[in-house]
Amino acid sequence: MAPVLPVAAIAPAADVPGRRKSGIAYVLLIPGLAWLSIFFVIPLITLFMTSLQKESTVRPGTYVPGFQVSNYVNALVEYWPQFLRSFLYAGLATFFALLISYPLAYFIAFKAGNWRSLMLVLVVAPSFASFLLRTYAWKTILADDGFVTSSLNAMHLLPDGRILNTGIAVVAGLTYNFLPFMVLPLYAALDKIDFRLIEAGNDLYGSPVQVFSKVTWPLSMPGVVAGTLLTFIPAAGDFINAELLGSTKDRMIGNVIQTNFIEFRDYPTASALSFALMAAILVLVVTYIRRSGTEDLV
Amino acid sequence: MPEGASRQVEDLRLLNLTKQFGDQRAVDDLTITIPAGSFFALLGASGCGKTTTLRMVAGLEEPTSGQVFIGEKDITELRAFQRPVNTVFQSYALFPHLDIFENVAFGLRRRGIKQVDAQVNQMLELVELSSLARRKPSQLSGGQQQRVAVARALINRPDVLLLDEPLGALDLKLRRQMQIELKRIQSEVGTTFVHVTHDQEEAMTMADTVAVMNAGRIEQLGHPADVYETPHTIFVANFLGQSNLIAGTRVASGDVLEVDANGVRFKMPARRNVAPGNAVVVGVRPEKITVLDAVDESRIPSGQNLLHGRVTDVSYTGVSTQYLIETVWGQEIIAFEQNSIVGDRCAVGDPVVLHWAPDHTFGLDPAEGLTSGLDHAVLELERDAEA
Repeated sequence: MAPVLPVAAIAPAADVPGRRKSGIAYVLLIPGLAWLSIFFVIPLITLFMTSLQKESTVRPGTYVPGFQVSNYVNALVEYWPQFLRSFLYAGLATFFALLISYPLAYFIAFKAGNWRSLMLVLVVAPSFASFLLRTYAWKTILADDGFVTSSLNAMHLLPDGRILNTGIAVVAGLTYNFLPFMVLPLYAALDKIDFRLIEAGNDLYGSPVQVFSKVTWPLSMPGVVAGTLLTFIPAAGDFINAELLGSTKDRMIGNVIQTNFIEFRDYPTASALSFALMAAILVLVVTYIRRSGTEDLV
Repeated sequence: MPEGASRQVEDLRLLNLTKQFGDQRAVDDLTITIPAGSFFALLGASGCGKTTTLRMVAGLEEPTSGQVFIGEKDITELRAFQRPVNTVFQSYALFPHLDIFENVAFGLRRRGIKQVDAQVNQMLELVELSSLARRKPSQLSGGQQQRVAVARALINRPDVLLLDEPLGALDLKLRRQMQIELKRIQSEVGTTFVHVTHDQEEAMTMADTVAVMNAGRIEQLGHPADVYETPHTIFVANFLGQSNLIAGTRVASGDVLEVDANGVRFKMPARRNVAPGNAVVVGVRPEKITVLDAVDESRIPSGQNLLHGRVTDVSYTGVSTQYLIETVWGQEIIAFEQNSIVGDRCAVGDPVVLHWAPDHTFGLDPAEGLTSGLDHAVLELERDAEA
């Protein structure tokens, strides 16, 4: 009898409410999964197939299904400078956004008191205006006869004598546009820090600088990681800022993809570039998360 | 622990220490000296200013006025990280991103000490956590976290260790265990411990000096037994343990004071009376009272204070029996009897006579009102019951 007992004991467990609830959870997943598969997975597969198409021999300028891996090689050989520039600009924008956002988020989380909600609204407020509009506004701000450029020129700080249509303007635009995506996760992480931990750091002979580097900064890492990713990933694929604020010498990979799709109608190259960009970002992100060691903090 | 082994530990002195929050005075002109190496308990209800006092000693709160000294050195202006003082925080405040070893080593590393292994291991041994050195705080139980918090503070060999309700988050059994543990550690390291608590039993069992705090001031300070046996204010009588308080008028002075309350005369040694005028509150602790059936009154030795009444409630608690007795003027008196008497206990409705020694009687000033300290005590009891 004894060996039978466990089986009998397990059988009714299948009917416990917890099990049935997880069934409902799967049902609840269906709309999301359907959305993702129709608007993300299927286009992704289409994009991948397009990236391997070859030019039709019958009708030049059109493409037929194929397995032309050389599309990738050719695209990368031709456009590697734009690729590198994208990561450089995105990296710089992320760095500056972090530099600006950290003190701001720190202030909102620890010092703002009753002003905290208002300040958070102000951080998001620019997003009420369209992304394009704001980038156009930067054209005016950084214009050659504008106040910023002339002031900096008066101090002889600009090598080219101008900001607009240079890499500086593109990085500035990227930094500005993605700033809220940096501030908000940083604020959330800093706000979560128990103030007593900072007091404990002070109590244990940590000077303000030491307490920041040994307690506050490591505890805010989840916010730093989230913020940098939310800034870097869209910035690396952005083309609006380079289009409006940069010159042809400052083109990023987003511009190349856009031109290939819309103007040259070279769909395989554009698709291959899109896919390569995705893969590169994925590799960078995974390495970054591994290196930052935030797995058990998140 | 090589460093500081030969160092002279010095007294902690607070001089006219005051902290004002808005229009509320949290700590009011506090002046005390806490002798080096003592276990000092600051006892009071929540909001009495005890934690604020502690934070001012730690340097986490800036005093509105007054000074803090360690020995002859004025540390009032020093920042928290510059003070030879460490704190065991109420919720431990262990660093969640560091393991136990690094939590304990934190203070040493911040002071630039490179070789920390020996000291940290020794400290972990003292608190019996050596095997958990590489765990993260979240993987430890409440009692273990508490010991890490103590180790993390003590490894720095502070002149003064501050403990802010360190056992508040533990269950009763663990709390008792940690009380003994903390006393052991204190006697081993010899550091001055300043312990803030609302738990009077904890304060009395652990400390060699207790200060009862109320509304930013110290009501009474002394050895736990002295404060308990001879409270100097109605607040202390009610807050620290329980007291029976009967309002009366002085009718005879001299070495032995006599007080008339509702026609009953009570005697007490004059030195046990602190009331300045003729109005005197007669006080006696419940366990000092003997409850006798009224027919046995002749057996009471002469010279005792006597009080007649009727039993209204009897509750048996194991080690003792608690009686509620109503006096002829309608006041309720509480009495604890050890269950060591052979024979019947008194029952509800029995006419009884209560007696106690004049030496167990104390006289208080009625000015602050007979219920002072009572509402706090009841609140604490209710809170403990919920926990």
